[in-house]
Amino acid sequence: MVQDLLSRLGMQLPKEFALILPQVQLGIFALGILLTDFLLDRKSRWWNAVLALAGVGFSGKALWNLRNLEDVSAYHSSIVVDPFAVFFGFLFLISAALVILLSVRYLEIEDEHHGEFYALLLLATIGMMFLATGSDLITLFLGLETMALSFYVLTGFLRHRKASNEGALKYVLLGAFSSGILAYGFSLMYGIGGSTNLARIAQAYAERSPGDPLVLISLVTVSAGVFFKIAAVPFHMWAPDVYEGAPTSITASISVASKAASFALLLRIFCTAFWPIRPNWEMVVAGVAVASMTIGNFGAITQSNLKRLLAYSSIGHVGYMLLGLVAGTPDGFKGIAFYLLVYVFMNTGAFAIVILLRREGVIGEDIEDLNGLISRRPVAAILLLIFMLSLAGIPPTAGFIGKYFIFLSLIETGHYVLAVFAALYIAPALYYYFRVVVHAWMREPGGAARPTISVAQGVALAACTLFILVAGLLPDRFINFAGTTLQSQFLQMILR
Amino acid sequence: MNEAGYFLEHIGWIPLFPLASAALMLLLGRRLPKAAVSVACVGSVFVSFVYAAGAVLQLGARPAEERVFQKILFEWIPAIPYHGAAPGLSQFSADWGMLLDPLSSVMILVVTGVGFLIHVYSIGYMGHEGGYYRFFGYMNLFMFSMLTLVLGNNLLLLFVGWEGVGLCSYLLIGFFFLKKSASDAGKKAFVVNRVGDAGFLLGIFLASTVLGTIRFTDHGLEGAAKFSGMIDVLRSGAFHSGEAVLTAMAILFFIGATGKSAQIPLYTWLPDAMEGPTPVSALIHAATMVTAGVYMVTRMNALYQLAPEAMLTVAVIGGLTAFYAATMGLVQNDIKRVLAYSTISQLGYMFLALGVGAFTAGIFHLMTHAFFKALLFLGSGSVIHALSGEQDMRRMGGLWSKIPTTAWTFMAATLAIAGIPPLAGFFSKDEILWRTFAGGESGIYKVLYLVGLVTAGMTAFYMFRLVNLTFFGKSRVEHEVEHHIHESPSSMTVPLMILAFLSVVGGWIGLPHLSLFERWLEPVVAPVQAAAGAAEAGWSMVEAGMMLISVLVALGGIWLAYNIYLEREGLADQLAARWKGLYELVFHKYYMDEVYDSLFVNRTKDLATALGDFDRGVVDGLGVDGSATATRLTSRLSMWWDRWIVDGLVNLSGAIVRFASYPVRMVQTGLVQSYALVILFGVLLLLVVYLGWPAVSYVRTLLHSA
Repeated sequence: MVQDLLSRLGMQLPKEFALILPQVQLGIFALGILLTDFLLDRKSRWWNAVLALAGVGFSGKALWNLRNLEDVSAYHSSIVVDPFAVFFGFLFLISAALVILLSVRYLEIEDEHHGEFYALLLLATIGMMFLATGSDLITLFLGLETMALSFYVLTGFLRHRKASNEGALKYVLLGAFSSGILAYGFSLMYGIGGSTNLARIAQAYAERSPGDPLVLISLVTVSAGVFFKIAAVPFHMWAPDVYEGAPTSITASISVASKAASFALLLRIFCTAFWPIRPNWEMVVAGVAVASMTIGNFGAITQSNLKRLLAYSSIGHVGYMLLGLVAGTPDGFKGIAFYLLVYVFMNTGAFAIVILLRREGVIGEDIEDLNGLISRRPVAAILLLIFMLSLAGIPPTAGFIGKYFIFLSLIETGHYVLAVFAALYIAPALYYYFRVVVHAWMREPGGAARPTISVAQGVALAACTLFILVAGLLPDRFINFAGTTLQSQFLQMILR
Repeated sequence: MNEAGYFLEHIGWIPLFPLASAALMLLLGRRLPKAAVSVACVGSVFVSFVYAAGAVLQLGARPAEERVFQKILFEWIPAIPYHGAAPGLSQFSADWGMLLDPLSSVMILVVTGVGFLIHVYSIGYMGHEGGYYRFFGYMNLFMFSMLTLVLGNNLLLLFVGWEGVGLCSYLLIGFFFLKKSASDAGKKAFVVNRVGDAGFLLGIFLASTVLGTIRFTDHGLEGAAKFSGMIDVLRSGAFHSGEAVLTAMAILFFIGATGKSAQIPLYTWLPDAMEGPTPVSALIHAATMVTAGVYMVTRMNALYQLAPEAMLTVAVIGGLTAFYAATMGLVQNDIKRVLAYSTISQLGYMFLALGVGAFTAGIFHLMTHAFFKALLFLGSGSVIHALSGEQDMRRMGGLWSKIPTTAWTFMAATLAIAGIPPLAGFFSKDEILWRTFAGGESGIYKVLYLVGLVTAGMTAFYMFRLVNLTFFGKSRVEHEVEHHIHESPSSMTVPLMILAFLSVVGGWIGLPHLSLFERWLEPVVAPVQAAAGAAEAGWSMVEAGMMLISVLVALGGIWLAYNIYLEREGLADQLAARWKGLYELVFHKYYMDEVYDSLFVNRTKDLATALGDFDRGVVDGLGVDGSATATRLTSRLSMWWDRWIVDGLVNLSGAIVRFASYPVRMVQTGLVQSYALVILFGVLLLLVVYLGWPAVSYVRTLLHSA
């Protein structure tokens, strides 16, 4: 659209422009929303959401045009568009669309329905897309900060709630702290590689001796920064507080899209620059993964706030995904991609149920608020069961398939101990996920009112449920989709 | 061509001398005796002047078309190729390079020459003030920045100097930083200049995309370093006259110039800048820094020639400023403020000249103005010095015989600025007026000419008002001050005399139709497109008539001032009372400061207050909140314990699982510091794991071999 318009105006754009068109589309709509917001009165703010959805749609169309590209570098190799980037781009757009659908009603109830919300969400998505396409330290860092800065603001969007402000401030402070560490690591990488280009850095790392302290320090600092973003133990402390404080739809976005984006960053760096020193980090990543599963799964057990509970559970999920990297086989990477894809739908779905509970005068984030949901709104209770089953990894839901690939890759590479750990941790996971289900299905409803479901929420919930069931029963298409990421050149090079 | 000559080869040293002594002053100055400070700082500027003069002489010895010398000292920002709007691949690069051509020759001579005299003067003037070394350190730093500005061979280096002089200006305006009005004035100057700088920066960005380079010219460069400069691109005919992008660029540059050179609408900082010590006003706010905008526009004259709309804007703004500032100068009572408004007004003249395409005339006026305005400021400083710090002209008078040297030098400068032939100001101002009149077909040039002419009359009037109130009439000096009156030391009067000499004869190099100055600058300001019928061919009766008119107007202004302030006492007050409304309006500077305050300054303050409230509410609230959360958590924990003990055996497996999560919650205190601590702990842990293992195995192998 943009290109048509510009060419009609007689302005020629470089061909490379098409490669960042998805991001540009989002940017234009984000700015547009900021402008139109002034024209809308309180009642018609939902037009912002429509605009934002349109932006996501146009961006998706532009991304769709890029789907068959194989490794096109552009802008002096600062970005690369490959199947990996396209896959993750779709992930972010899907997540953004779901979050927009879930936000309209929620923001109206919170009385914070402003256009900035959608604009910031789109801006965060731009940052994520650059994280997935970046092949240069600068691009990656800028993408990361664009995403993070938007989320800082979004976390504190409920100005009148203390928890929201508190969460935002903690997120900013700790985020800045970790970004500092990450930037330090990046500077070391640049120092070692003499370039900000990841491929060049990888060459330099391959030529260094594996025990070089400089290499190891850069590894430590970079992984600390990235682990913070994906909320892996011991860099997870911010997650429960931020998840609890943020508007619930943003919590969904932070736990899903931001995590996926940070995983894209993690894979880009670990599978290029750090791949030559893989023996150095393999065990440590495994340790972080196990620690994350431990803390995440046990921490979730005693939580009575649903958002905190899901926060801890998401820490546990990160542990599973990291195990795919430890295995480092095609199945492992495919597993991570598929896991993230499923995670978008099942975790957003779970948060959608929490959003349903929010009504005038009722915060609805406590596990007790679920009581008797089956008699108050049976559809919601059934969907909740499906999401929880999928999160716990029970067939025939899609969550099972994700875990299956991770286990498979671990066994393929002889990591039996890790596989056993991973399987064992399903037990506590089942315990707390079913605690949620028990509240919804078996407790007396008390005097709570029937939750209502708006059209937008219904669409989002339907999409989540449909995906979980279809991908659980007929996973082939989706596994192939996740498998396209393997065709990216940087993964091809290490898997050869 | 190959043998450039000693001074040209060492052109890079010119800014370095003052930089070195500035560094010495700011690092070690406190320990140095006063004499050493004076010698180092004044000496370094003198050496600079010698090197500058040598370089200019060697440049002048060349044939006219080879009078461009460039020397790249080092590659500052290496070339980054990119696709700009210019055809082909653009290269963004900036060297630390020096460009000496006729234009920068004039500038460095003015800067180092006048600068040196003002430095000498400062020895006497600042002798009794504290922070002597600091003053000279800043002054030398200023000289370095200003020389970098005029010698830089690209826009970015010019901008470095541009910001450097801004910084020094800020530091020196607020030199008496214990005085609130002084530090406020410094801040105001800085902030107002930022507005202009923003425009300038945008202009640089636009230039680099559209023209594909920010180097001025590639003349005088050879070999690998050679690629085209902006002026060469503009002269190549790739652009048409009046293209929108060129106009935009020119306007953006001009916005930068309005800030630095105090033009409408960004002029408000300059009158307040008079809070600085008087030599600072002379050097920075009269002779050099404020003319940087004029220099920059002239430097980019090829661009302006292709942007007629921008030129007209420059001319109109310049003319308006000249007039507007002169009206405010009519009624001020502070001797330095009169001079400040006069400076703004004269700068307006220079822009008027640039705007009508008389770049040479603009630079010529810049030079003569540097002489006589520096002299006026230094002279006023000498008066203030003699009167123990008094600046109000209502408490002066009758000083002519008491401080004779100051008085006659001041008179010379006053006659020069009033435009009395054959002093310097006459030639430059007259040329500007004539070129404005002949500027074009459109009636607007005639209007601008009239504005300029009226302004010339007002200039003569307010300058003679100043002279009459200060040096003639009855003494209104307070008694305890009266018997302290003394002529300034020779370190102050000698610079006055030299400047007076220059104010008298400095204009002669630009005698009409002898045009030494014009021919010298010709290569720099040559028309981009073949001029359609050169403006004036020969000496015409019209031009002579014009000269006569401007002289008559100036004399009229002098006559009025004489009548009102000397001949008929009390007439001034009567007039003020009669035209009270108008007088008040002008006296309060058209209330522009108040307007800016309520439009911009106060709105910014409101925003700051709101942000401050947010800080107090959220950040401070969090500390209290955090501890409350922690307390609540612990109490909830103890309640949980109670229930666990009371209920005892609920579910053994459940209990074990629950117990395992306890430590997790214990660390999760809700305090952000402890979270950060855990992150730090994690990093350390990873470091130990990574660096510890190899160390252990290393020790183990050592033990084995032992």
